[in-house]
Amino acid sequence: MIRAMAYLAAPQMNALRVNLTLATGNPIPYTEIRFPEDIRNVSSTATPDASDMQLPGAEQGHLVQRGDGWSLQGNCTIRALPALKPALDRLAGQNITLSLSELSRLDTAGAYALESLRQRLERSGGSLSLRDVQPDHGALIDRVAQAMPKPETSPKKPMRLTDMLELIGRAVAGSGRFLLELHAMLGLFLARLFSFLRHPGQFRLTALVHHCDQVGWKAVPIVALMSFLIGVVLAFQGAVQLRQFGAEIFVVDLIAISILRELGILLTAIIVAGRTASSFTAAIGSMKMREEIDAMQTLAIDPATVLFVPRILALLITLPILGLIANVSGLFGGAMMAWIELGISPGMFLTRLLEDTSPRHVLVGFVKAPVFALIIGIIGCHAGMGVGGNAESLGRQTSSAVVRSIFAVIVAAALFSVFFALMDI
Amino acid sequence: MAADPVIRLRGIRNQFGPAVVHDDLDLDLYRGEVLGVVGGSGTGKSVLLRCIAGLRPPQAGQIEIFGQDALNCSEASRREIDARMGVMFQDGALFSSLTVRENVEVPMKNIKGLDAGLRRELADLKISMSGLPYAAGGKSPSELSGGMRKRAGLARALALDPEIVFLDEPTAGLDPIGASAFDELIKALSESLGLTVFLVTHDLDTLHATCDRIAVLAEKRVMYTGTMADMLHVEHPWVHEYFHGPRARAAIDTLERTN
Repeated sequence: MIRAMAYLAAPQMNALRVNLTLATGNPIPYTEIRFPEDIRNVSSTATPDASDMQLPGAEQGHLVQRGDGWSLQGNCTIRALPALKPALDRLAGQNITLSLSELSRLDTAGAYALESLRQRLERSGGSLSLRDVQPDHGALIDRVAQAMPKPETSPKKPMRLTDMLELIGRAVAGSGRFLLELHAMLGLFLARLFSFLRHPGQFRLTALVHHCDQVGWKAVPIVALMSFLIGVVLAFQGAVQLRQFGAEIFVVDLIAISILRELGILLTAIIVAGRTASSFTAAIGSMKMREEIDAMQTLAIDPATVLFVPRILALLITLPILGLIANVSGLFGGAMMAWIELGISPGMFLTRLLEDTSPRHVLVGFVKAPVFALIIGIIGCHAGMGVGGNAESLGRQTSSAVVRSIFAVIVAAALFSVFFALMDI
Repeated sequence: MAADPVIRLRGIRNQFGPAVVHDDLDLDLYRGEVLGVVGGSGTGKSVLLRCIAGLRPPQAGQIEIFGQDALNCSEASRREIDARMGVMFQDGALFSSLTVRENVEVPMKNIKGLDAGLRRELADLKISMSGLPYAAGGKSPSELSGGMRKRAGLARALALDPEIVFLDEPTAGLDPIGASAFDELIKALSESLGLTVFLVTHDLDTLHATCDRIAVLAEKRVMYTGTMADMLHVEHPWVHEYFHGPRARAAIDTLERTN
């Protein structure tokens, strides 16, 4: 603001010193304001009025009538164009002459505006003749005129009912193909796994241990903490409800059955799906993106043996262990809360747990672990192989791997639940 | 060409840990020239480019761009300097989630009052000026070949008509026809738009075809600057090998034949 006012007051000066005083009365020492070259050029040909005060660096151009023709003054650049374009658009007539002698700067955007003005006038049967064109401006206008884009518009067809049906059909067929590909991946995994029985030397033990560390060991803290908190919540909620019936002791059964049978393993699988499916997809996907997987194939290394088997096998091994950790820490959380809230001592909790809870609940829980592990591992690896040549598809595949694997884990848990209920287990 | 340096580097020092890339490096870039920067692998050509473009501050030294101290200025004046410069990265560095046209429009979005229709038309103009067909504007970068991505990167670098353009290995990875077409494009654009070009390259043909002046990076500084003809008489072993090696001779021969 101050710069602009100073600029209005002294358009020809290079720099000026302004003694500023703030409202508080503290004087600021000299402030030197320098005008860039451009602004002085503009100010000599055009005087902006107060309504469009420009910051330093802003550029302006004007279209002025001169006798029977027009003259373009100041700057005709991309920054000046928004203000200048309406004036150029209003120009109409048979033979327009436009003098460029007073033009100080012209860039490609300005040259484009002049060239599109010419095209517009010629379409309506008129013409545009430029006068007093400076040589470098002329060269630029010629260059732009040569390069004027010629739109090739392809007519957009309206969406018809058959097109919509086609889209639905394609989506259905696509999801069918997706399921088929997952089964192919499972088959590939099993086939490679069994081929290790015949050729144990090919097995990559180091890779397996590395992935067990990544997938299992590094996930222990988060799984244990989450399960502990779930145990606490269950005990607390159960206590509030069961106290109404004087049946506080049944909180032990509540915690034990829900954690051992369902929650321990399900929540572990969900956490692992979020952590591991995404990391599988990202790792395999970035290798796919940089053509590393193609390189493996040309070197006669089987990507399934090297990449998929160690990862999925690591999940198969570690997910049940993580589930066990989740069960223990969930029970521990529940027992602690039961002690604090209901006064059920740990000893009593343990006795009640061992007497009343059948071991089959634990079994029902653990049966699901390998299935969840396979689902997560296969979806993660499959999504990684689906990554294309760009970084965007890597991100898309990673997030879809997480969503799909969590969804599939929950669906599988629901199916197990129905199955066990029907079988009376 | 008047002696009007738009970029002045004095005593630049760049180092990564213990490895010193540049030490006491001086370089001037004059208005309107095409300066080719050559040097062996690891002599820090790209580091120098990143250093001037403001992507990596040097450990010591002075950088003056358009007469302003580019290292110790306010953020606003640095942005003003940046708006007058354009950078084309090695593989175009296009935003992969946008189409080519949207990529070229990105720098124009900072201009107040420029409506979307005009912005689109200007983007189409830049795309066509950098030698891409109209249909390329609607494609996403991953659908383009390497050469087309470079052209699209150039179109984005030129979106605001910068005064200085930095080109990082513009012809690397292009076939000879594409590479020489790109050389001509750079030459033609630099003449008609009055561009000052800072060009990092390994390509001797590009040096012959486009550069007014060549700067040789060796021994952590700019060892020699001069025209192509000057370079042929330099005694320094590396420079001699570079400009007299079998590939250089072939390039010079072709150039002489075409002239």
